[in-house]
Amino acid sequence: MNAITATGLRRSYGDQEVLKGVDLNVQRGTVFSLLGANGAGKTTTVKILSTLIRADSGSATVAGHDLVRDPDAVRAAIGVTGQFSAVDNLLTGRENLKLMADLNHLGRTEGKLKVQLLLELFDIADAADKIASTYSGGMRRRLDLAMTLVGSPQVIFLDEPTTGLDPRGRRAMWEIVRRIVADGVTIFLTTQYLEEADELADRIAVLDHGKIVAEGTADELKRRIPGGHVLLQFTELRDLESAARVIGSASRDGEALALRVPNDGSVRSLKALLDRLDQNAVAVDSLSMHTPDLDDVFLALTGKPETVTHS
Amino acid sequence: MSYALTDSATMIRRNLKRVIRYPSMTFQLLLMPVVFLLLFVYVLGGTLGAGIGGPTGGRAEYLNYVTPTIILMAITSAVQGTTISIALDMTEGIVDRFRTMAIARVSVLTGHVVGSLVQTVLSISFVLGVAVLIGFRPKANAVEWLALIGLLVAMAFALIWLSAALGLASKTVEGSSNVGLPLILLPFFGNGFVPTDSMPTVLRWFAEYQPFTPFITALRGLFMGTPIGNNGWIALGWCVVIGFGGYLWSKKLFNREAIR
Repeated sequence: MNAITATGLRRSYGDQEVLKGVDLNVQRGTVFSLLGANGAGKTTTVKILSTLIRADSGSATVAGHDLVRDPDAVRAAIGVTGQFSAVDNLLTGRENLKLMADLNHLGRTEGKLKVQLLLELFDIADAADKIASTYSGGMRRRLDLAMTLVGSPQVIFLDEPTTGLDPRGRRAMWEIVRRIVADGVTIFLTTQYLEEADELADRIAVLDHGKIVAEGTADELKRRIPGGHVLLQFTELRDLESAARVIGSASRDGEALALRVPNDGSVRSLKALLDRLDQNAVAVDSLSMHTPDLDDVFLALTGKPETVTHS
Repeated sequence: MSYALTDSATMIRRNLKRVIRYPSMTFQLLLMPVVFLLLFVYVLGGTLGAGIGGPTGGRAEYLNYVTPTIILMAITSAVQGTTISIALDMTEGIVDRFRTMAIARVSVLTGHVVGSLVQTVLSISFVLGVAVLIGFRPKANAVEWLALIGLLVAMAFALIWLSAALGLASKTVEGSSNVGLPLILLPFFGNGFVPTDSMPTVLRWFAEYQPFTPFITALRGLFMGTPIGNNGWIALGWCVVIGFGGYLWSKKLFNREAIR
C-alpha cells in the first residue's frame, strides 16, 4: 500500500517550469527522501502534495485520498513541517501545542496529555511556558515538528527540516525522525544534504531541474556510479605529469595538483599503484582513499544536467 | 464545516492572546485618537469652537462637535492593527500550517476579525472615557445609546474586514503599516473637524458624499439627542457595502495560492 503516489506532476510559476513531470511512489511506513539542490523543485513538490498549491497537471494521492477531489481528507491525514518556521512567535511552546490540539479537535483531557507528552518527548518542557520567539533555532524546529505531530498524522512532510541547524541540532532532529518512523508513520523528507538522506531514508529520489533523475535505496544509487578512487596530491606539476604518464588511467582533479586514480580500495591494488610510482621515482606528496558516497552520485547525476542519462 | 464555530473560537482565543502579548501595539494605536482629542480640544478647540457657530461657540461646544470624530478615529486607528497583524501572520509560516490542516479555512480570518473587534470596542470605550473625563456630556437616551453602539460596531466590523483585505494584499509588513493611512486622514476631508460649507467647492462636494460624513453626522445627533435625518441609514448602508466588499476581497485574497 502506498502512502503517496504521484504521476506526471507539472507546475510552472509564470513562464518558468519548476516541475516537469514528477512521478513518485512512497510505501507506507517508510522514509522517502527527495534530494536536490536549491531550486530543484523540492518545496514545490511538498506544497503540491500537502494541498498548499495545485499542480498544473498530473495527479496524486496521499494516504489514499485524491489531492484535488478530497483535499480535506488529505489534510486530516498529513502533517507538514516546512522550511520556514510555522510556530506562533507570540505564544508559548505549550500554547502553540494547545492550539494544535484544539484545531485537531482533541478533547480537553486528551489534548492536555498529548501536549505534555510532546513537550517532554521533544525536550522543550523546561521552556514550555516561554514565548516561542525566545527559543533557539533548534528548539523552534523541535516545537515546529511537535506541533505537526499533535494530530497524529499518517504521513509527515518534512521540508528541509535541518537547514540552518548546527551539527548537534541536526543530529537531535535525526534522532527524533527515527523515533517517529518507529511508530509506523510515513515520512516524506526533502533535503539538500546527502548525508541526511543516507542516514534516514529507505528510498531516495534525486530531483534535478524539476525531474527525477534517479531513484533507489542509498546503496543502489551508490552502485550506479563507478567505484572508488585514490587521490594523489603533488607539490610540483612535473611530478603530476610524470605520474599521469606512468599510470595512464588517471584523471586530473580540477585545477588542483592532484590526480584521481580509479581504485577498488583493496590493499593489493593500492600497493601495486604505489610500487609503480616508486619504480618511476615519482614524488607523491600525499594520498587519500575515496569510496563512493552519495555526494559522488549526486554530482554525477546533477552536476552536468545536459549529459545526465535519464532512467 | 461543522467545526467552523469551534475552529473560529480557537482562532479568536489565539488572536486575543496575541493582542495581550503585544501590548505596545494596542498602546500605539490607542495613543493617536487620544492625542488628537487633546490637541483639537485644548490647542485648536477655542478658535475652532468659535467657528462652528453653535449657541455658545467655545471649547466645550467644540468638544461635543469633535468627540464623535475622535471615536471614529479610534476605530480607524485600531483597524491599522488588523492590517499589520494579518500581514505579519502571512509572513510567518503558521498560516501555511493552518492551510494544510483540516480546519475551516475562514476561521483564520474570523479569528483576526473578531479579535480586532474586541480590541476596537475596548479602544472606543477608552477614548469615550477620556472625552467624558475632560467634559464631554452626551445627552443620548437608551434607544439612542443602542443605535450608537450598533452604528459603531457596524463601522468597526466593516473597516476591520476592509483592513483584513489590505493586510492580505500587502507584500510586506512594513508596507502594510502605511496602506491604512488614507482611512486615518479621511475624516479631515469631511465634516469631522469643521463644517463642510467652509471648504472650496470640489472638496466640499467630496466631503459631503464620502462615507464618514453621514456617519459622523449620525453619531453627533445620537450623542446630543438631536435629529439625524436619514444619515443613520446612509451610514449603515456604507457599513454594509464596505464590510461586504472587504469580506469578499479578503476571502479571495486568502484563498489565492500562497506563493510566498
